[in-house]
Amino acid sequence: MPKEIAPPARVGLFVTCLVDLMRPSVGFAAVKLLEEAGCAVEAPRAQTCCGQPAYNSGDRADAQALARQTIEAFEGFDYVVAPSGSCAAMIREHYPALLAKDAAWSARAERLAVRTYELISFLSDVRGVTGVAARFEGAVTYHDGCSGLRELGIQAQPRQLLASVQGLSLKEMPDADVCCGFGGTFCVKFSDISNTMVGDKIASIEKSGARTLLAGELGCLMNMAGKLKRTGVQVEARHVAEVLAGMTDEPAIGEAGGD
Amino acid sequence: MRSTAHSFKDNAKAAMADPQLRRALDNVKTGFIGKRAKAAARLPEFEALRDASRAIKVHTLDHLDLYLERYEKNVLAAGGHVHWCESAADARAAVLEICQRVGAKTVTKGKSMICEEIALNEHLEAEGMIPVETDLGEYIIQLRHEPPSHIIAPAVHLTKDAIEADFRQAHTQFPKDRPLSEPRHLVDEARQVLRTRFLEADVGITGANFLIAETGSSVIVTNEGNGDLTQVIPKVHIVVASLEKVIPNLCDLSTILRVLARSATGQEFSTYTTVSSGPKRPEDPDGPEEYHVILLDNGRTQMLGNEFREVLHCIRCGACMNHCPVYHAIGGHAYGWVYPGPIGAVLTPGLIGIEEAGDLPNASSFCGRCESVCPMRIPLPKLMRHWREREFERRLTPAPVRYGLAAWAFLARRPALYHWLLGLEMRVLGALGRRKGRFAWLPFAGGWTRHRDFPAPQGKTFQALWAERQGTRAP
Repeated sequence: MPKEIAPPARVGLFVTCLVDLMRPSVGFAAVKLLEEAGCAVEAPRAQTCCGQPAYNSGDRADAQALARQTIEAFEGFDYVVAPSGSCAAMIREHYPALLAKDAAWSARAERLAVRTYELISFLSDVRGVTGVAARFEGAVTYHDGCSGLRELGIQAQPRQLLASVQGLSLKEMPDADVCCGFGGTFCVKFSDISNTMVGDKIASIEKSGARTLLAGELGCLMNMAGKLKRTGVQVEARHVAEVLAGMTDEPAIGEAGGD
Repeated sequence: MRSTAHSFKDNAKAAMADPQLRRALDNVKTGFIGKRAKAAARLPEFEALRDASRAIKVHTLDHLDLYLERYEKNVLAAGGHVHWCESAADARAAVLEICQRVGAKTVTKGKSMICEEIALNEHLEAEGMIPVETDLGEYIIQLRHEPPSHIIAPAVHLTKDAIEADFRQAHTQFPKDRPLSEPRHLVDEARQVLRTRFLEADVGITGANFLIAETGSSVIVTNEGNGDLTQVIPKVHIVVASLEKVIPNLCDLSTILRVLARSATGQEFSTYTTVSSGPKRPEDPDGPEEYHVILLDNGRTQMLGNEFREVLHCIRCGACMNHCPVYHAIGGHAYGWVYPGPIGAVLTPGLIGIEEAGDLPNASSFCGRCESVCPMRIPLPKLMRHWREREFERRLTPAPVRYGLAAWAFLARRPALYHWLLGLEMRVLGALGRRKGRFAWLPFAGGWTRHRDFPAPQGKTFQALWAERQGTRAP
């Protein structure tokens, strides 16, 4: 069991704004996985958003303010873990650059950056988790979120953990590593181009033959789920943490709630 | 060429509605990417060579003045001439002056993005000369009066059928019933037409992939050999190159050449790599009598001194656009000026202004695939972000985006208010959307819901549920 592999650790869960607001069940799946990996999890209430929308829109002042707010909220934890590659990369790769010229904050940004991880890679690479005790019947396909893949090198870890889920088979789609067209504000600022990109992605997903689409990034998942629903493709979209935690009772993203 | 970068969104929309273009762009996706990956995988030191190549450019740009002066000295020593040109207009004037002095009528041209940048063909035509593009792709788009849509494959937006139709229309000297459906036929016909042009040419103009300071040489890499015929046959050879093309020596050249073709086409080496050092010497069997280098700045020294310096590392391999999903969706012409794709998104605002080309650095999802394949490791997303910062500072960011950001940031910087207000909104949205699980339309979300449904939130936020779980009441 993972508990025997690594010592207990205090983890600050950076829930991410999308998971907090749109799909809290992903946050609870993350908590379950982290606790199973021997972590004590807290979710500081002073957190909101990592600042990516401002940062990627050229608004450095607001991005810096949110970086400072996030750093303050998470100082003191052994690790900061986010169920998102792009938010983790924002803290890990971009906070130090964003605050590099701020003498009072650059060292604090650096210290937080090196302790910040995306959830699945944290479980694999830091906590030594090699398998989970979950069950999921059916074929899934996995989309590599761009930031997680190219900024944090997350590719093998989710596939390795998915391989341990009983009943699950992974059917790779072609071009799993190609952007789905989300890109934060890009998808609304360049709606038509984003639409072509997500259309191509849906075609790739269909080619996999899987009925469930997984990814580690809720923004991408909402984009792809929204397009799957609009075009009537019968594929359900879920965050990979939900499946790994065995928490798939909630309707999939964009699916009807039932009542 | 006249820029249409300001109407980027309309250009892109039109491009995506063109089924012929979509078919042609599928070739980019399937061809270049796999070939580059294979070429990189076959060479164990490929990643190390990328680092070494980047280091050469970093070093050269740190000492650019020294290397440019050394380059000029060695060009002069070989009997050539160097024309320092600050602007596109200066460069055009310098070329024109040479062409007019020798009474040029036909001017053959090797493939050169810098000549596109300074719109040289239009200028020469206006002065009564006949510029003839000799690279097959460039020749095709010259027939069509189009700019290139890709920096190494200028006619990549065209299918074979379209080219056949162009040739039938332009080459009326050949029998109407000749076979032209195979690529081989097209190449042979272009070759036949161009051969006479090579022999007629009074001046040959090429670009340069590299300028070598140590030897005063210009270097071109081609796959068709047209560059050699362009620069060897006429009496005058003019090289048009921007000043960041200089590298210290031939050793550095051999390092960068090992990543260039692999990154571009997946070839280990381009078919022809041609080093020219000055005019014909008495003992040479052939070569031009005059050798001129037009050394163009056109805004590059500005970039050398600001946050865009790394864009000057570019060796124009095209890997960034070959791997760009936005380029795959819209092709090169939509970018509206000379340089498309991620490199264009960074370079174009620097050359023609952010007011004109503001959409370009914004039209990226920051997927990072360009940076991951750039042989010179240019951080293209970071540089695009710098343009967005400049726009934001100058309040060029569209007002709805600015106000939306400001409202969102106001909330995000006040956690208590944020959790209370958005918690309330999510409960409302969650209740409204629970039955269907999604919204086909939402106010202020037209950019999203025009093309996709908006998944409904689950209802209570994580923070609200977490507070319940901790046994505390959400403030």
